[in-house]
Amino acid sequence: MTKAMIIIGAGECGGRAALALRDLGFEGPVTLVGDEPHLPYERPPLSKEAMTGEAPVIKAITSDEILAERSIRHIHSVQAVAIDRAAHAVRLSDGSALPYDKLLLATGSLPRKLPMPGLGARCVYLRTYNDAQAIRAHLRAGNRVAIVGGGFIGLELAASARKLGADVTVVEAQPRILMRGVPAEIAEIIHKQHEAEGVTILAGQGISAIADDGAEVRITLAGGLEVVADLAIIGIGAVPVTTLAAEAGLSIDNGIAVDAELRTGDPDIFAAGDCCSFPLAVYGGRRVRLEAWRNAQEQGALAARNMLGAGEAHAAVPWFWSDQYGLTLQIAGLSDEGHSVVRRDLEDGAFILFHLAGDGRLVAASGIGPGNAVARDIRLAEMLIAKRATPAPEALGSQTVKLKSLLAA
Amino acid sequence: MSDWVEACDAEDIDEEDVMRFDHGGRTFAIYRSPDDEYFATDGLCSHEKVHLADGLVMDDIIECPKHNGRFNYKTGAARGAPVCVNLRTYPVKLDAGKVLIQIG
Repeated sequence: MTKAMIIIGAGECGGRAALALRDLGFEGPVTLVGDEPHLPYERPPLSKEAMTGEAPVIKAITSDEILAERSIRHIHSVQAVAIDRAAHAVRLSDGSALPYDKLLLATGSLPRKLPMPGLGARCVYLRTYNDAQAIRAHLRAGNRVAIVGGGFIGLELAASARKLGADVTVVEAQPRILMRGVPAEIAEIIHKQHEAEGVTILAGQGISAIADDGAEVRITLAGGLEVVADLAIIGIGAVPVTTLAAEAGLSIDNGIAVDAELRTGDPDIFAAGDCCSFPLAVYGGRRVRLEAWRNAQEQGALAARNMLGAGEAHAAVPWFWSDQYGLTLQIAGLSDEGHSVVRRDLEDGAFILFHLAGDGRLVAASGIGPGNAVARDIRLAEMLIAKRATPAPEALGSQTVKLKSLLAA
Repeated sequence: MSDWVEACDAEDIDEEDVMRFDHGGRTFAIYRSPDDEYFATDGLCSHEKVHLADGLVMDDIIECPKHNGRFNYKTGAARGAPVCVNLRTYPVKLDAGKVLIQIG
């Protein structure tokens, strides 16, 4: 019997899942449904190269030719509006219905909205390529850009905007930038780099009012300061897209709740990527939701295997990177699992912080440095985390001890 | 063509490691495998033009430092997303403790 596979969400995760189904030899119908007009594309460049490159480029992960050759049907510019679980069908916004045997929800996340009145046409968010193009048009010398939120999206956009000559102010309600998931020691390096590049960072400053008259935005901070900008970009986090799943009666817990095999409570419906929360084996099944490119890719592929019956549990260690100016930050694992920190200095001012649990287990590693200075050691740290290794703190801290030698131990 | 170029001393590269080598406006990556053989490929990842020599060598795989694209450095074969374009490989020989590559 030929089964039909439907994937809702044609981003990195959904796109990878569709391709993976074919890589695995599945020959039945595969349909990929996306609400954007584009082929599946990489989102990480949107805040970086897509802003600063000579021409805006969309970095598609596949092509129409490959999709045709592999018999993957891509329905674009259409939303899935309902799942009829009893009938095993998905209803689309164009009125059609698609029958499925297995369904993957890769619906992603959307920018968290700033919950206050006064926002207008000059207050924007970044999620899609089209958003990026609209923002890009404003990033030029002399233009004033206010960035609300000192997280990764905001800071990467700040770096891009500076590169294009705009005047940039970052407003962050928390006491420092990158409060979520980045150690203070590393956040401070990034903070100083932004200041050296001419960005004004106002941390610990809540917003009391926004007024957008369509020509400029006036942001009043709780402390009384006022930031006036030609464009305000709001980057205060993302929320998972769960409406479709919730309306179908699937359980939601900070995202579409799935088990270790990325299966929802319905054995024929899976969820993967930004939209789902799942138990992370490496931390004893702690339920997390990750907004990360590699996770989207890996979970897309894992969901494809499990839609075909592999029964494989998620086992990866979270991994994340950010590029700002010439600096790259990489983090493997979740640093909030750590109780103590060991620092390892590398060349060119680069360093890595190893986060150890109370029992000595390595649970995370956060590194920063120019270019790819920390990449290799972060990758090795990731493998040590996956092995649940308990390396000696002195070895981790010593530049002369190769991390690879700890892996063999 | 016999355009062999001296890249480095054999001992400059650890076993199961990689080194960057620039020559004539081009960049290469030179590898020493765990079984002590030498190999050479293009120096930049086919995904986003990142120097592979900053990446990690495990067995016969080089992993890009940026996005973990994987290649078999002995054959140049791309090993799955996000990379899909193979790396070009170059002949390598050892001569009097030097690593030479034929960059033709």
